[in-house]
Amino acid sequence: MIAFWRGASGQTRTAVIMLLALALGALLVPALASTDPLAIGDALALRLLPPFSVDAAHHFHLLGTDSFGRDLFVRAMLAGRLSLAVGIAGSALAGAVGIAIGAIGGWEGGVLDRLAMAIGDVLLAIPRLVILLVCAALWPPGATMVITILVLTGWMGVARLVRGEVRGLRARPFVEGARAMGASPSRVLWRHVLPNALAPAIVAIALGVGSAVLLESGLSFLGLGIQPPQPSWGNMIADGRELIVLAPWIALAPGVALILTVLSCTLLGDALRARLAGDEFETMRARS
Amino acid sequence: MRSILRQLAVALALFWVVLSLTFFLVRAAPGDPVTFLAPPAASAPELARLRASLDLDAPLAVQYGRWARDVFKGKLGTSFVAHRSVTSVLGDAIPISLALGGISLLLTFLIGVAVGSVQGAHRGSRTDSALTVLTTTVYAAPSFWLALSLIALFTYGAARLGLPAWMRLPAFGVRDPAGDSGLADLVRHAILPVLTLTLVGAAGIARYARTAVVELLQLQWVRTAVAKGTPARSVHARHVLANALPTLLILFALALPGVLAGSVFVETVFGWPGVGRLMVSSIFARDYPVVVGATVVYAALVILANLAADLALPLVDPRRRT
Repeated sequence: MIAFWRGASGQTRTAVIMLLALALGALLVPALASTDPLAIGDALALRLLPPFSVDAAHHFHLLGTDSFGRDLFVRAMLAGRLSLAVGIAGSALAGAVGIAIGAIGGWEGGVLDRLAMAIGDVLLAIPRLVILLVCAALWPPGATMVITILVLTGWMGVARLVRGEVRGLRARPFVEGARAMGASPSRVLWRHVLPNALAPAIVAIALGVGSAVLLESGLSFLGLGIQPPQPSWGNMIADGRELIVLAPWIALAPGVALILTVLSCTLLGDALRARLAGDEFETMRARS
Repeated sequence: MRSILRQLAVALALFWVVLSLTFFLVRAAPGDPVTFLAPPAASAPELARLRASLDLDAPLAVQYGRWARDVFKGKLGTSFVAHRSVTSVLGDAIPISLALGGISLLLTFLIGVAVGSVQGAHRGSRTDSALTVLTTTVYAAPSFWLALSLIALFTYGAARLGLPAWMRLPAFGVRDPAGDSGLADLVRHAILPVLTLTLVGAAGIARYARTAVVELLQLQWVRTAVAKGTPARSVHARHVLANALPTLLILFALALPGVLAGSVFVETVFGWPGVGRLMVSSIFARDYPVVVGATVVYAALVILANLAADLALPLVDPRRRT
């Protein structure tokens, strides 16, 4: 960890600091704030305050207030809890499923391997957003549903990367050595092959957090993801859509938090890729 | 020739599996479309009659059989809401999406490749860093947020900033309901949607194109060409661009799903009655046949784009001819 920090470029450090600041803000700001991000107070006096304004009770509103007089900064940070959790859980779980399928498929080969890759091809033939839309529309919306769909539609890229690596490693001398020492096939796979096959998958997972956050916000923007009053960046932007001309900050402010998150994930993923020296083009493809 | 037929067969099989998957996915979902369509006071026999008229009372296998037969005849069922055939509902929406998506895809590709090539050719320069910051940030922005920012900028913002009147652009719909309905009006309405889709797409493509150009420039025969004194322009055109063509074709196939996904949001925000907006409104109305139809259109486009890229690769890269 410390070695990673010392060797990191300014770009990586910026990304890590931004992500930590967002995560800390999401955890602490709603808990410490003087205003309740969900309760509607004196809506007439407080509503539609522009960014950097101070209200009659001397509360400072960094990003202004929405049409119900709720503080947008506190709400955006509260939304960050859910959006970050869904993004990280969605990408990490999808990565875990992809690693398992890719490793076993690449190691064993055979019918199951071909079947898994065929299912992956089918899922890749439909834009991910379209599958998400259909599923989100058919099953009751919520965080669990969004994570489940992110996992079901997100494992294919990682599975392909890991499968390719595992197949390449299968014939390497150190693998044969381990087998010659009498290690069982599963031990060879998990202890010798897999640790050497994970680099591109880790890069894809880091980049995947950004796209998972984006997809979640898209679903919530359309009203098919996280449901109000629970704020998420997507449904906050949707809230401000009607007032985009009158009070543009309501829609644009949560987007800034969203962009910073996705940007940090992309920068971090790029830095990890440079460090782990995977095939740049292939890991980029796996993400889309 | 045989490999072309094989690729066609694989694409068709893939398309059929996607179709069937969507059919079963929609039928497996909880919630009965009949309860959405019938008036709340409808009696049980009336509900049963409605269900029978929509062919929802038969066993799943029978429904699938009938549906598959209809698909072969080119029929995708009847919209629950519009009471017209799905093909005619989609037929109204597809040209709008194709025009919007097609122009955006073309611009995405041209701008993305141009920006990425400039960055790759001048790697490490100040221009490269500035463009990297720009493309990475735009790439991180959701299309609906960009769309709303552009609306804020070119409606209210243009008026506030005192920009000339022609820069205050319409933010909703395809045509001006009151004014003239000529081509100029259509173009004015198209600027913001096309700009949104192009910005998002080009930022992504520029990132790929930069990587591809950087990798190509490091290859030994490019260094050889430079070392033997070939002018830079000639190196870029004859050695780099010619070898980048296969990559560019793959990029084109890769750009399509992104533009399609973006069009769902852009059509929704800007009120363009294309396939994306149709899909979203049909989802809320539980209009299953139209949801399946729109999914089919999207899958068909992606499969066709990939097939076209696969078939075109041997044309630009003799090594891929088998």
